Amino acid sequence: MSRNLPATPALEWSYAPSRESSEIVELEPRYGLFINGKFRAPASKKYFPTINPANEDLLTEVAEANATDVGRAVKAARDAFEDGWGEMPGKERAKYLFRVGRMVQERSRELAVLETLDGGKPIKESRDVDLPLVAAHFFYYAGWADKLEYAFPGLDPEPLGVAGQVIPWNFPLMMLAWKIAPALAAGNTVVLKPAETTPLSALTFASLASEAGLPPGVINIVTGAGATGAALVEHNDVDKIAFTGSTSVGKHIASTLVGSGKRLTLELGGKAAHVIFDDAAMDQAIEGVINGIFFNQGHVCCAGSRLFVQESIHDRFVEKLKRRLSTLRVGDPLDKNTDVGAINSAEQLARISELVEAGQQEGAEMYQPDCVLPRNGFWFRPTLFTGVSQSHRIAQEEIFGPVLSIMSFRTPDEAVEKANNTPYGLSAGVWTTKGSRILWMADRLKAGVVWANTYNKFDPASPFGGYKESGFGREGGRHGLLPYLKGVG
Amino acid sequence: MALAVAPDRAALLPDRITNASLAGFLRAVPSTDEVGVEERIASLSTRSIKKDSKSEALHLAVRMMDLTTLEGKDTPGKVAQMSAKAVRPDPTDPSVPSVAAVCVYPAMVPYALEAVAGSSVKVASVATYFPSGQLDTKLKVTETAQVVEMGAHEVDMVIDRGAFLSGEYFRVFDEIRRVREACGEKAHLKVILETGELGSYDQVRGASMLAMAAGADFIKTSTGKVQPAATLPVTLVMLEAIRDFYVATGVQVGMKPAGGIRTSKDAIRYLVVLNETLGSAWMTPDWFRFGASTLLNDVLMQIRWLKTGRYQSADYFTKD
Amino acid sequence: MAYQSRAGRLDVRKTYKLYINGEFPRSESGRSYAARDSEGEVLARVARASRKDLREAVRAARTAGEKWAAKSGYNRGQILYRIAEMMEDRGAVFAEQLGDGGLTPARARAEVAAAVDRMVWYAGWADKFAQIYGNLNPVAGPFFNISAPEPTGVVGVIAPESPALLGLVSRLAPVMVAGNTAVVISSETQPLPAITFSEVLESSDVPAGVINILTGFPSELAPWLADHMDVNAVDMAGAAPEVGLRVRQGAVHNVKRLVGTDGYTDLQSPYLIAAFTETKTVWHPKGL
Repeated sequence: MSRNLPATPALEWSYAPSRESSEIVELEPRYGLFINGKFRAPASKKYFPTINPANEDLLTEVAEANATDVGRAVKAARDAFEDGWGEMPGKERAKYLFRVGRMVQERSRELAVLETLDGGKPIKESRDVDLPLVAAHFFYYAGWADKLEYAFPGLDPEPLGVAGQVIPWNFPLMMLAWKIAPALAAGNTVVLKPAETTPLSALTFASLASEAGLPPGVINIVTGAGATGAALVEHNDVDKIAFTGSTSVGKHIASTLVGSGKRLTLELGGKAAHVIFDDAAMDQAIEGVINGIFFNQGHVCCAGSRLFVQESIHDRFVEKLKRRLSTLRVGDPLDKNTDVGAINSAEQLARISELVEAGQQEGAEMYQPDCVLPRNGFWFRPTLFTGVSQSHRIAQEEIFGPVLSIMSFRTPDEAVEKANNTPYGLSAGVWTTKGSRILWMADRLKAGVVWANTYNKFDPASPFGGYKESGFGREGGRHGLLPYLKGVG
Repeated sequence: MALAVAPDRAALLPDRITNASLAGFLRAVPSTDEVGVEERIASLSTRSIKKDSKSEALHLAVRMMDLTTLEGKDTPGKVAQMSAKAVRPDPTDPSVPSVAAVCVYPAMVPYALEAVAGSSVKVASVATYFPSGQLDTKLKVTETAQVVEMGAHEVDMVIDRGAFLSGEYFRVFDEIRRVREACGEKAHLKVILETGELGSYDQVRGASMLAMAAGADFIKTSTGKVQPAATLPVTLVMLEAIRDFYVATGVQVGMKPAGGIRTSKDAIRYLVVLNETLGSAWMTPDWFRFGASTLLNDVLMQIRWLKTGRYQSADYFTKD
Repeated sequence: MAYQSRAGRLDVRKTYKLYINGEFPRSESGRSYAARDSEGEVLARVARASRKDLREAVRAARTAGEKWAAKSGYNRGQILYRIAEMMEDRGAVFAEQLGDGGLTPARARAEVAAAVDRMVWYAGWADKFAQIYGNLNPVAGPFFNISAPEPTGVVGVIAPESPALLGLVSRLAPVMVAGNTAVVISSETQPLPAITFSEVLESSDVPAGVINILTGFPSELAPWLADHMDVNAVDMAGAAPEVGLRVRQGAVHNVKRLVGTDGYTDLQSPYLIAAFTETKTVWHPKGL
């Protein structure tokens, strides 16, 4: 303590629970399929439960679409495309999309709570990241709908027809927006399948679209698991498939489409390198690394899961990182102060646990902060591994969880070589204050998105998508329209 | 030139302290990215502090307050009134503690001392030709010695921003060191960086490290006479410097944001940033102060609202 | 096959070989096949590339990739223009070979002219297409955000059987101009223009390995190309349907980009260049 002051006891300050009320969400006891503008019971007559991963409570049950149901949805989409959506003046389509964007804003609190209930992500993120980006995405593409002829000089913009879209569980509503907004702006109609663990925001969105007066059949939502997705992908009357998810499923889809003539875009996995040079803005780099791997529990395809720290600062940086890790608040996703929420499913938790075990067995050193995890639900502590080798599984495979593998490098060339030494190429991060080095690195990193002195930034105007096995095609920006237009290939 | 610097603080410093070697010391300070700092603050500002945590924070904020008047029109009467308020901020509620200190001009020190006598409230005096600092070092040291002699418990000095910005690091360093010497064991020293004049967070971080190495017990954002005064981002940058300094030397340094902090909500946000950057060891008036003149009543109104469940009116809280 | 020329002098015949890494090797397999004219007469024996030749070609293309991609657009444009110059210079040879393939002299000359002009057209795009296909993105925040196309990497090109020269040039030029390196499987039935084209490349400042041309049987080579884990994209405009199907199957293993899936048309477009690129988006904060 300082001179002449009596030592005053310090306050051990804990934040009282500050829970976002879930009363704003009114769940139906069960949900049908959204086909041709109406919710309808599935031909399959089957329903499956969806639970809150933070406590394993049953939320509601949801229809399981079989091939007949998917067929109905595709037919509705085809009819809507031919009955006018495809030929509607762009300015009219634009107004529908603007209206949808506005209605998302109006109901954003409800949708954010729903997203958190069904998926386990912290309310802070669904409220401050997911929902604002969802609304922004509709606004952005709304404006393109009547300006397509200016998007690609010399290209005559024409929609493809019916787009089948399959999305993952990590950003359910945001992925829906990334898929639906450009497809509709370009004049296509869609059949979308949300992930089986997170169907609720898509179904609520369907009712919102219907309130917005969107013509029946323009958007159809079919819920279900892999078989439903397969039925959609294999349906003969679908012109285009857009898939976001794992590389293995992406490859499977690509192989089933062989010879079908359908167009395909894939946004698949990643194992992003996050490179820290010794001259980096250290504390912001720490925040970047934390945000890079613990945002959304690490359930992020572009998560910065491989950290490369320049050897001269490695130990100091890791110490800082550990200190910062201990301030992360893990727990109830609905608590407004929660930084790291629940793992999305038991299955995903098992996958993370397996890889973390492999990391320990292969000799990497694990660090986890002390934190009390809730008793029910699916949880995993924020985890660091040091002493990781390039050949370790935790440095090669996508973990899709809050697990960071830390390695070191000595020279910029070595950093680039290690960063690119992966079959993936979705994203990369680099931290240095030297401008020319940033551009040198950005040129060489083989990744579709390079975040320099920042990480995990998204914007509807900014194209997103990968190199190599991270997929092809871009979502966002002007580039995001191209996969939904007849183009050149 | 060999300079007397507290040995525990010397760990980071070059062996020979010259202007060039101090420039090297500052170059080794990690840089700061403005956008990243502001993002971090935006994120921490969403912390939702309710119920007991809020009440604890508000009481702590009162105990951390340096109630301040630094006006040309200050009089013994004004200082006495403010000091009475400092000792007993809410006469109707004995659970409300005294503030940490009153902060006044040198001429007002005797009146402040008289008014706080017998209480826990300390008297802080600004010194070193506050607020500009544009005076010869010797005279600044003399002024400091004088206010300490008068009995001030704490000295709030200003750095010579002109010297710092023109690269005269030795001059800035040496002046702080000499003022520290003049404070001796009697008074503790807060060093005001006047961050609103430094131009960038990199400079703020550098000035923080320089001040701490030279002997500052506290580093402080602002005089209150320059806009912007304290902000959350600049406070975060200084707290990060304090943490780096602590890790490197083991020496704990305090922090005082001053100027522009007016509402309970602001105060709680500062405490969140403090708590999540430096942790509970700094969550005490020994290591954190708010320099403010109008914050106190807003905090008092919030404390009473928590207690009574009724929104409050300023009419029920004395200005001084 | 005449063994004596009309001038009463014995011809010195050319041996038609592969073009790999800037050299003209025979197939490592020692195999060759007869290239015939439209009447069925044997014109020459050409190398029948093996999977190992393809492997070497991919290796050469991968090695050459980094430097080729790093060249300025201006420089790549000059090299493509130089190719056009040399094609013009060898125009008579190309025309004769296309004539052997069944074209009338006038149509053969027209195809050569079109191929040269196409190369010139793409040469001009080298330092421009990124301006058409790149963007400064107005994101909602204090960030500089730019998207620019970068080469996909190693591209396999299955050239159309015909037009033997124009088809090859139309599909290869956009691959090159984007900064990719290529492994070409030439027209099986009319390989000679592709071989002459490789000689043009050799004399046109194209660095070794940037373009590699294999003569042989697409049905035999394309599966190896499609399955190769170090090939990033395949242009299948020239692939016969069954070959195309096999290419699609192979492409799945490493998520290859497939271009020209609708077959060959006489197309020139900057979007064809874009099809062989990856859009890279770079973010950077704007702050003090």
